[in-house]
Amino acid sequence: MIPAAFEYFAPATVDEALGLLREHSDAKVLAGGQSLMPALRLRLAAPEVIVDIQKIDDLRGVRDDGDALVIGAMTPHSTVESDPLVAEHARLIALATATVGDPQIRHRGTFGGSLAHADPAADLPAVAVALEASFVIAGADGRRTVPAAEFFEGVFSTALGEDELLVEVRVPKYTGWGAHYEKFNRVAQGWSIVSVAAAVRLDGDSIAEARVGLGNMGPTPIRATAVEAALVGQPATADAVREAAARAADGTSPVTDINGDADYRRHLATVLTRRAVLAAAGTA
Amino acid sequence: MTATEERPAAEIGASRRRKEDARLITGRTRWTDNIVLPGLQHIAMVRSPFAHARITSIDTEAAKASTGVVAVITGADIADEQGALPNAWAVIPDQKAPVHLSMAVDHVAFAGEIVAMVVARTAAEANDAADLVDVDYEELEPALELKAAARDEVIAHPDLGTNVSAVWSYDSAESGTGGDVEAAIAAARDGGIVIEQEFRQQRLIPAFMEPRSIVVDPTTEQMTVWSSTQVPHFVKIFIALVLGIPESKIRVIAPDVGGGFGGKLQFTPEEVLTVIAARRTGKPCKYTESRSESLMAAHHGRDQWQQLTLAANADGTVTGLKVELIADMGAYLGLVTSAIPLLGAFMYNGIYKFPAYHLGITNVFTNKTWTDAYRGAGRPEATYAIERLMDELAARVGVDALEIRERNWIKHEEFPFSTVSGLRYDSGNYEAATAKARELFGYDDLRAEQRKRRESGDPVQLGIGVSTFTEMCGLAPSRWLGSMGYVGGGWEHAAVRMLPTGKVEVVTGTSPHGQGHETAWSQLVADRLGVAFEDVEVLHGDTQVAVRGLDTYGSRSLAVGGMAVLAAADKVIEKAKPIAAQLLEANADDLDFSGGRYGVRGTDAGMTMAELAFAVFQGHKLDGSAEGCLDADATLDPDDFSFPHGTHLCAVEVDTETGASKIRSYVCVDDVGVVVNPMIVEGQVHGGLAQGIAQALYEEAVHDDSGTLVTGSFDQYTLPGAPDLPSFEAARTETPATTNQLGVKGVGEAGTIASTPAVVNAIVDALRPLGVTDVPMPCTPYRVWTAIQEGSRS
Repeated sequence: MIPAAFEYFAPATVDEALGLLREHSDAKVLAGGQSLMPALRLRLAAPEVIVDIQKIDDLRGVRDDGDALVIGAMTPHSTVESDPLVAEHARLIALATATVGDPQIRHRGTFGGSLAHADPAADLPAVAVALEASFVIAGADGRRTVPAAEFFEGVFSTALGEDELLVEVRVPKYTGWGAHYEKFNRVAQGWSIVSVAAAVRLDGDSIAEARVGLGNMGPTPIRATAVEAALVGQPATADAVREAAARAADGTSPVTDINGDADYRRHLATVLTRRAVLAAAGTA
Repeated sequence: MTATEERPAAEIGASRRRKEDARLITGRTRWTDNIVLPGLQHIAMVRSPFAHARITSIDTEAAKASTGVVAVITGADIADEQGALPNAWAVIPDQKAPVHLSMAVDHVAFAGEIVAMVVARTAAEANDAADLVDVDYEELEPALELKAAARDEVIAHPDLGTNVSAVWSYDSAESGTGGDVEAAIAAARDGGIVIEQEFRQQRLIPAFMEPRSIVVDPTTEQMTVWSSTQVPHFVKIFIALVLGIPESKIRVIAPDVGGGFGGKLQFTPEEVLTVIAARRTGKPCKYTESRSESLMAAHHGRDQWQQLTLAANADGTVTGLKVELIADMGAYLGLVTSAIPLLGAFMYNGIYKFPAYHLGITNVFTNKTWTDAYRGAGRPEATYAIERLMDELAARVGVDALEIRERNWIKHEEFPFSTVSGLRYDSGNYEAATAKARELFGYDDLRAEQRKRRESGDPVQLGIGVSTFTEMCGLAPSRWLGSMGYVGGGWEHAAVRMLPTGKVEVVTGTSPHGQGHETAWSQLVADRLGVAFEDVEVLHGDTQVAVRGLDTYGSRSLAVGGMAVLAAADKVIEKAKPIAAQLLEANADDLDFSGGRYGVRGTDAGMTMAELAFAVFQGHKLDGSAEGCLDADATLDPDDFSFPHGTHLCAVEVDTETGASKIRSYVCVDDVGVVVNPMIVEGQVHGGLAQGIAQALYEEAVHDDSGTLVTGSFDQYTLPGAPDLPSFEAARTETPATTNQLGVKGVGEAGTIASTPAVVNAIVDALRPLGVTDVPMPCTPYRVWTAIQEGSRS
């Protein structure tokens, strides 16, 4: 269908964009458009104003900032997927990004856009939570930083204020960690029924540290802290990992829909966590 | 005939690249929505969000005042003008059907039914104004669940008083084609085997790539209607009948059409309303549906409950088959809605020698989108049922799935074979197709691997699925259609015209929407007339050019339409003979036609078709003894159906921890008779397999408790993509059909019909040791996992 009429702005700077967002109460930010455009065309969203931030070059790119990587919010998935810094220090992000949609979507869709949209079934939120990323948000009073655990507030809902803009995401370096993203869906281009993002640091044959994030196991991405704790000090063997992964669904309340009920999702979380952690350990 | 051998039939059997592909693939062509006319106006439809409701009022004032709006039209506005949409098939003389209006007046019976339309200067303005049409509804309880609807628990159309449209049955004892099935079942209960099983054919959405689109130009003497349809000839007749416009004042064009799969075998409300809008405003109008509208309001397919009882001797020899099915019509009867189960009625016995057969059909209305033809139309349902049952029988007897089939199938030396459902299978060789498939598949090795995985308790189990199918193709002998209650015929028409420069125009009454008729018909004519493939042009889809025709569906185009093309070409050759004789100053009896040339036997004298065409064009030397024309028309009504068959083998890995099924290999050996273009056939098979596999694993139209389509976008309606499917190995055997001059059978539906049971059989085969005997379609991971949990409990 054809979107309802809207006013369109394409600011060249972050400040200009923030000014527009302050000026217009019913404005939507257009990043790569992979979620917003379908919503507009279906008239599920009909904002009066669109602020298109694709011309703000400062928001694109990946840079090394000492003990962290900084990924610009407008960096396309295709760039993240093949970026050498991401590959070296945050491989989990590259692996998850490679599963987003299809090549066309990955060339248009953006890292920050996907996170700010906060779809429970999306790929990157669980990764951001697992890796303890922090979100740099620009607003009228300057910039503030929100940890991933606090950024996601609910289904399509985040800590971003209406006149704020996600500008970049800081990710601690996980150099030398093994990583695996286990996505379970019905078709290659479908949304996750459940997904598990895992990163593991080995010390000899045993697991020294682990990070596990769960996607679509609730309204927000979930950090499987019980699994992480149970893994530390364990050998990276099938039995040990199975035992730890059995706790993956603790405290979760996933949805029931045509792809599965809550029990099935909880079961999947344990199976996929086991597979993700073992696979991550295998690449460490 | 020595000359014939000098120039072999080079085209038939050649994998010619398709002429039409460059423009179809790039989209640089005349899709209906690409057509722009001076003063073109755009239509947006207002559709009911409720499955069942009374319309209490419609306020169009705000919409009428909206920018660019030319007209806002409600059902009440056109109550005297819109007529009623036709159903073309009365399966019984007193079939019940609600009046099917293009635009509802006071009652809506499915979510998506049109209640008003806006005509505006631009599509955007039409959409904006459509949002402003304010409709008040009084919601009524919807009839949604098919079995409950069959019991009339809630009535979909209160005026009709019942949901049951028709009850139809076939009984081999009554028809004299076999024995009494109840006796067979009773006998089997005493020492034999009786298998009782129920299958659900879920509701599917044809989901053609190009959404439906219509452009109507009322400003010419003949009103011109472009429509993305499979059936331009039907559309022309029905516009005339429904709207009272003389047929001679209507020209319908199906330009390039982007897929149909039966979904565009329809005469639609949108076509009627676009004509009305154009007629009322006096200007060209266009309506193009959105994808959401397409999924919701274009007709759906399948949707049946099948209750089956198979009787067999203890050794697995089948003795009887009883089928009771309930078919969901949805809210209305479309063109052939009521006959879809009927088209499967003669196929439940499959390739097997059942001595007794009974089938009962109950057609039922619900408050869902109306159903109608979808690739295979009745035959996939039948094939699924019998092929699933044969696997269950093999398990009960304790023999291999191929072995049980071989014990029961018709042997190749037994053709022609009259079946228990009253059809005459003219030809077939199930042994040859099965032997070839078995070898290509590596059947024994895969069985060995399966045993190994079972013994080791591998979490990923391997299943092998078999489907040995046949289908009735080449719709259809007109007298058969008439005997079954269809209002139309099944003939096809073609014309072949020699042009002055030696090129050839072929006009076909078939209406391709992706099948490649332009290429295949060119091959037929090039061989027959002895002209170059490149010199043949195929025209179709415009009722002013292809004046007669019955269009494309039911794997009929080659077996019926292609044979009409050959018949026309033969007439051209016949017409050329006296002309050649006159110009060559020879006796017609001394002429031989071969390699595109009439030659005088025993001499070097002769004339090519191109030379004859030019001579005819000039007319200078013709003495008038023969008609100076090398054009010919031919109408052909098939003698009988054709019966393609094949053996499909599928290996599926089932992850018992997650329920995920992954097709590891898929081998099919199809016998579609003589093949004109192997590449086109392979393409049809691949696409058909994808669609049949999609029914097994992915697709289902799901409604919520209020009758709203939950799977109303491709986000929810799961279609597989290339990454989800294996690399198919599609091979052939070739047993020529005896029911047409070339020996062709039809391939449009084969892959779809055969593959669904092959996949589900494989999944059940993988899980049978875990106590699983069935998984409802689509076999989603969740359903497979649930079946494993239930199996381990039982």
